Amino acid sequence: MKAILRNKWSYLAFGALLILLAIVPFTPRLDDYTMLMTFIAINTMVTVGLCLLMGYTGQVSLGQTAFYGIGAYVSAILSKTYGVNPWLAMLIAAAATGVFAYVIGFPIFRLRGNYLAMATLGLVLVVYVLFRELGEYTGGPDGMAGIPYLSIGGLAFKSRLAKYFLVWFFCLAILLVSQNIIRSRTGRALRAIHGSEPAAESVGIDLSRYKIKIFVLSAVYASIAGSLFVHTLRSVNPQPFGFMASVMIVTMAVVGGLASIWGALFGTAVVRILSNEVLLRFGGLDIIIYGVILMIVMILVPQGLFVGLRDTYERWRLKRTRKGAVT
Amino acid sequence: MRKWFYVLLAVVILAAAIPLAGVGCAEKESYKVGAIFAETGVNSSLGTPERQTVDMMVKKINDTGGISGHKLEVIAYDTKSDSNECALVTARLIEQDQVLAIIGPSSTGESNFIKQTILDSEIPLISCAAGATIVAAPNKWVFKTPQSDVLAVRELYKYMKGKGFTKIAILTDTGGYGKGGKTFLESEAASFGITIVTAETFDAAGTDMTAQLTNIKNTTAQAFVCWTTSQGAAIVAKNRTDINMTMPLFCSHGVANMTFINNAGSSANGVIFPAGKLLVADQLDDADPQKAVLLKYKTDFEEEYSGKTADTFGGHAYDALNMIVEALKEVGPDKAKIRDYIENEIKEWPGTGGMFNMSPDDHNGLTEGCFIMVEVKNGEWTWLKPS
Amino acid sequence: METGQFLQYLVSGLTMGSIYALVGLGFTIIFTVTGIINFAQGEFVMLGGMLSYILFTSFGLPSGLAILLSVVAAALVGIMLYLLGIRTARKASAVSLVVITIGASIFIRGVAGQIWTRDPVRPPYFSGSESLSFAGAYIQPQVLWIMGTALVAMIVLHVFFSYTMLGKALKACAISRAAAGLVGIDARAMALIAFALAAALGAIAGSVMAPHTTVSYESGVMLGLKGFVAAAIGGFKSHTLAFFGGLLVGLIESLTVAANWGPFQSEYADAVALIALLIILLIRSRRLSTEERAS
Repeated sequence: MKAILRNKWSYLAFGALLILLAIVPFTPRLDDYTMLMTFIAINTMVTVGLCLLMGYTGQVSLGQTAFYGIGAYVSAILSKTYGVNPWLAMLIAAAATGVFAYVIGFPIFRLRGNYLAMATLGLVLVVYVLFRELGEYTGGPDGMAGIPYLSIGGLAFKSRLAKYFLVWFFCLAILLVSQNIIRSRTGRALRAIHGSEPAAESVGIDLSRYKIKIFVLSAVYASIAGSLFVHTLRSVNPQPFGFMASVMIVTMAVVGGLASIWGALFGTAVVRILSNEVLLRFGGLDIIIYGVILMIVMILVPQGLFVGLRDTYERWRLKRTRKGAVT
Repeated sequence: MRKWFYVLLAVVILAAAIPLAGVGCAEKESYKVGAIFAETGVNSSLGTPERQTVDMMVKKINDTGGISGHKLEVIAYDTKSDSNECALVTARLIEQDQVLAIIGPSSTGESNFIKQTILDSEIPLISCAAGATIVAAPNKWVFKTPQSDVLAVRELYKYMKGKGFTKIAILTDTGGYGKGGKTFLESEAASFGITIVTAETFDAAGTDMTAQLTNIKNTTAQAFVCWTTSQGAAIVAKNRTDINMTMPLFCSHGVANMTFINNAGSSANGVIFPAGKLLVADQLDDADPQKAVLLKYKTDFEEEYSGKTADTFGGHAYDALNMIVEALKEVGPDKAKIRDYIENEIKEWPGTGGMFNMSPDDHNGLTEGCFIMVEVKNGEWTWLKPS
Repeated sequence: METGQFLQYLVSGLTMGSIYALVGLGFTIIFTVTGIINFAQGEFVMLGGMLSYILFTSFGLPSGLAILLSVVAAALVGIMLYLLGIRTARKASAVSLVVITIGASIFIRGVAGQIWTRDPVRPPYFSGSESLSFAGAYIQPQVLWIMGTALVAMIVLHVFFSYTMLGKALKACAISRAAAGLVGIDARAMALIAFALAAALGAIAGSVMAPHTTVSYESGVMLGLKGFVAAAIGGFKSHTLAFFGGLLVGLIESLTVAANWGPFQSEYADAVALIALLIILLIRSRRLSTEERAS
């Protein structure tokens, strides 16, 4: 446990999250948000990888949704068309996505800055076109429906609640694993890279190896999220995996705060709740308000909401310590 | 900067609290129906008239006493033409708003995407999208009001065969609507003695289709069919005259709104396509059972929204909501009973889309007769009456 | 294939290419001066087209005046975006600034759709709609306007940035803000000018292309994407390359449709153009990184 949770704050945050998750589906008014929470979990898995990637390598990747989509479609096709066990399908999808990310990671990370962003953008668009056009396998622009449930033993994850807990289980697992990675040797190497690439190189850290590692990891996370997505909705089509969706993931990551795992969760939750709950009440004005709020958040707290919160807390604590020292 | 941050945090928390505060307990009196239309995004030309129609109907119904004294409350959400969003708002309607039935979505892609959820949740849905796959078996709870794309293709081919066309080219958009059209254009061709010489595609959001048209121009095709909605079709029509193409252009029922004529200008003239009868409502024979419904819809819509013309898409929503309202009147607020009513009692039912005959095997209820052929002459819709 | 047919494909490709080039130039202007990728660039183009239509139709202004006003209005929007969005976000990283422009593009799109219309619209042609024919191909007069505007824009920008004081000052900011400050160049004023300029250029592009392509509140999305690609070919730094990059994208798309062979079909036109571009980028970056390592 000690290796996993850094300090009492991680414990507290984690505990608070667990309590929240446990309460929501069983409280009369809050249980309406079960489905929303489920989607937040799925999106967080995609965002986490991106937060780590962008936070530690400093590169913008617009390609997360490509991996999200590949995981989704591979799972869908294997489990529906070929009758493969959904769990196995998910595993195969994750493995395939990981390998794919590894292979294209090399040429992509040779590029820098805007070129890299362009390359990842190209990836998303090409993959999107393939999803749309390989109709025999993917069902074309309308996609496929009737994808089977995930199940353990004889019990299928069919009900709203079952899906909720299943998805959050994976999401929490991923968050913990990521937390662990950051505390590990790989994490230290990443932080060194984040601090200064030339310095990191000078102590013998192989930059591209770590960058690709993170890239592959984020791809696998996205793939798992994609698989869970199709088993929850039981349908798939190319739309959630296009360019705009990719931009949304980047937005979620940045709003929450990069290089921060909790930031990923926070950012995803804020953006999702904003676009779904607060704004649905305003009819046609909602995208206007959405745009405004996005701008305001980034202008006031450009390092991301969660990171901003953390920094504010740190400063407050520092002030208190100083005061205490003086008196 | 920190001060601002706290202000922002407070605003965000407050904003999040709004939905939790709620408006008090739900009125037990009103009948709640959900509506999910693509009011923004690529399908907004479908969703906007659909939403406007529903708003107009709710006003009219409640002003005249509601449904057997109960107020009709339509909770409408914008799917933003996005399947993901559509799934989310559907879940919200079912779980949070607890509606009795849902109308929409506006597109085939979105409808198919949520089909499983609807079947699992056991709530009746009347879609306003054209794809035949929406109501394909296994299907207990999903219905649709628009004429199926396959019927439109057959009506068009019947006309083209009658005019002696045997070799044609097809031009379809890469989205769901175009793909669906392409599938049927290809599968139905042989039975009308038509050969497709070449099949071109384009991005529905594209702005120049000259390359595709140049391909078509240089084949042996005698005519070509463009299967897309009015935005793309207007550009295709324009590009066609731009490159001096004389090959006749046929379109799908997707062009049946003024956007096509407004944007294609004089290039729209001569275009022929199958359409629902709404376009020529006043030219219909008084004996036609649809005439009354069509005129009522047209008058009510144009009275409510001066300056706009009623179109077939809004008509689909009109039919859908009317079916549900009728069911509610007869069987009350029970999802299963509403479903049963629609499946069994909607017979010889005149709607804007055609005469509906729903049955357990047919959740669309329309046959070829619901279409007429229309030609654009001098910027106006002209009915090509069968001779 | 006869000449006429081939020429027609070229015309189509160069038409779209010129449009992409114009949008791409807007990206390049802002990036060269401020280092920001302005995701709202496509929306400036949309504003140009929509406003020139609205002013002409609803307010009855003559075409020329409508276009002029729409360009001015767009420039104002660009300035506001800079002042409210970029300048106030002082300690923001490049990525955060990009997200701000994303928010701005959503906002502008939403407002346009809400206060005007969601239907696509078409302003009147500049000089009639009779196609001109040459060597078996047909070209619309409006297309000549589009191509001409793109070419003129590229030349003007090149001259402006290389030979005028203001242009050189703007470029200096791109190279080093601090150094520019030392020689008395106010980086913030330069950035403001860059945004206004890019917005104005976008609006000009929108006004000249809308009669040919129609415009809707959502037009900015796809145009922004294609323009981004065009600018990327120029490394976001070179106007000339962005111009030719845009033309290249347009041509590849058109010729892919024309070829209709193997994977080069109209369905894959977007993908083919992108893959070709990625290859170009990889080659470019190889050459660049060897240069970097050399220095």
